[in-house]
Amino acid sequence: MLAVQLTALLGGEPQGTAEALALVHGFDEALVHGLGRLAEERAEALDALAGAFAATPIGERLAEAAAKVASGSIAEEHLTALAGGRAALLGAVHDALLAGLDAALERERAPWQAAPAPEADGAGNPMTDAGNPAAGARSWLRELAIAGWRGVDHDLVSAVDQTVEGLLAVPEQRRLAVLLDGLAAELRACCPVGTMDRLPVRRWADLWTRALLLAQGGAAGAPQSAGTVSGRLLILGVDVHEHGTAVQFQVHGVLEPADGGRARLVRAAVTVAKVDTITGPATWKLPNRHRMLLAALADRRSLDLTDMPLLDSGDLVWHDDRAVVGGPADPFTTARLTLTGALAPAAPPLDRHPVGIAEPVLVEGYRVTGDGSFDLGGAVLDVDAGRLPACGPLTPQLVAGSSACVGLVRWDGGRWLLQPLAVQATVKRQTVEAGTGDWALGPTDPKVVKAEARAGDAVAVLRERAGRLLRR
Amino acid sequence: MPPVRPRKLAKVPFVELADGRLQGVVSSGSDIGRVYVSSIAAGTHAYNCSTNNNRPCGGLYGAPCKHLQALAAEAVLQYGLDRVARYLRVEVPEGAGLIGCLDGSHEPAPAAMVFSRFLRHLAYLEVPDTTMPIPELHWFPAEGTVG
Repeated sequence: MLAVQLTALLGGEPQGTAEALALVHGFDEALVHGLGRLAEERAEALDALAGAFAATPIGERLAEAAAKVASGSIAEEHLTALAGGRAALLGAVHDALLAGLDAALERERAPWQAAPAPEADGAGNPMTDAGNPAAGARSWLRELAIAGWRGVDHDLVSAVDQTVEGLLAVPEQRRLAVLLDGLAAELRACCPVGTMDRLPVRRWADLWTRALLLAQGGAAGAPQSAGTVSGRLLILGVDVHEHGTAVQFQVHGVLEPADGGRARLVRAAVTVAKVDTITGPATWKLPNRHRMLLAALADRRSLDLTDMPLLDSGDLVWHDDRAVVGGPADPFTTARLTLTGALAPAAPPLDRHPVGIAEPVLVEGYRVTGDGSFDLGGAVLDVDAGRLPACGPLTPQLVAGSSACVGLVRWDGGRWLLQPLAVQATVKRQTVEAGTGDWALGPTDPKVVKAEARAGDAVAVLRERAGRLLRR
Repeated sequence: MPPVRPRKLAKVPFVELADGRLQGVVSSGSDIGRVYVSSIAAGTHAYNCSTNNNRPCGGLYGAPCKHLQALAAEAVLQYGLDRVARYLRVEVPEGAGLIGCLDGSHEPAPAAMVFSRFLRHLAYLEVPDTTMPIPELHWFPAEGTVG
């Protein structure tokens, strides 16, 4: 990312962003106090949200939903319509932000091609199948909306436990299961929410909205298969996501197709279930069946892929047996040589939310400011030091002492941020490189190895307990 | 929500602040097949300790047994003293230990429910991994270690 590109990016938020977010905020405030007791101004906020869609095909449904909810008749279909409206507003903000980022980076993005609508499945349709956990999820989300965040107590949170258990057993429902589990854990930790000073209003409404949309069943708006690919995968870095019971390792890289086609930006993710006491470097033990991927991360090597499934969202569906570790591949070299011409993937409709913007970039030639931001010839990019995972060697100090950084550009809290994935820094007059995936095969820092040894092997202890106690 | 801190799990594999209690499971020191279910209620600080089959712990002589002490100590490691004290609604003066500041008495509490929550907790380790992307996890960035 060049100074001129950063200047273009910081040149101002897309037109209409503030208006769209204001409508979203009105809806979110209604969720704080609950739709069951809707004060007049909150009913007006729902009307305003619906009004923004008056000229669109969903305008009528939204207007009806807002009116019904305001009159106290809160049916699932009305909540779904309002959630759809809220998601569409944030989807528009996402699209505008990403278009601005692409323009600044001169990055070409593949157009989204709507896959043919998936065939309705009469027998196992999650929309109608009573006892289906997705129905349980919708009903819990409705109760949350009626009670409002301020009305959430232990009983209401615990009511979703069985639903989550049911969802976790269905591979197709993993997204919903992981999301609900994360939301429920946060609510549980905040109980009784009524006594809290400040609430993460936007965040909880985001999670609620996405959950309600995922709970509709069917695959509408979700990524679809885009065939298989073969070629060389050059890794840029790994982005780690974690809550109490899940961790996702999402690798960003550039795929050079074997047929000589254009290089493209891709991702590959592994998500494992865990418990809250497994954190930090120990989390790398969980995805251990993906040896090739972990080895490539730890040893900074490329991967040769053969017939790896790809989704139209740019996500490889990782099959470790279709990958072989290749030659050394430094993320900085990869970024310098391939990032400019690589084709970026389109975002599937359901995923379009500013939180999903995570565009790999290379930043160099900056001066680190007093608060840890990167000053690129006068244009300043904030660094998101809160997103440096404990499972890797990247620390705020290393980032502050760095001279080059491969990272993800994100948009959060109304501003652009850089999330570092790898840095080059000078330590004791030697150039060192550190990346978030360096400890994929276990920590390499003797101090961390020692600390891990002292703490004992959490995964092994819990597996032993599970083996002894679970099947009796 | 701050992430929990890593701690040794061998003695107390499970600790949680839930259902209005600090509750958890403590592995027996003498029998690897036996575990104790220990709990301390928020507010009243009523405590209980029994095996998972509801046999009362032999160490409860009018004061918290060693399992309850281990539970309280590990909870402080996992969540930090502030969060545990706030949850139990107890004032802990500077330099004092949590367990010494509780003034509850022994009262029966449901062990089976805590034990089944522990089994549910362990069951996460048996959920297969997935390589389908989960975009929702972008709302949950992995954070650096605290403290």
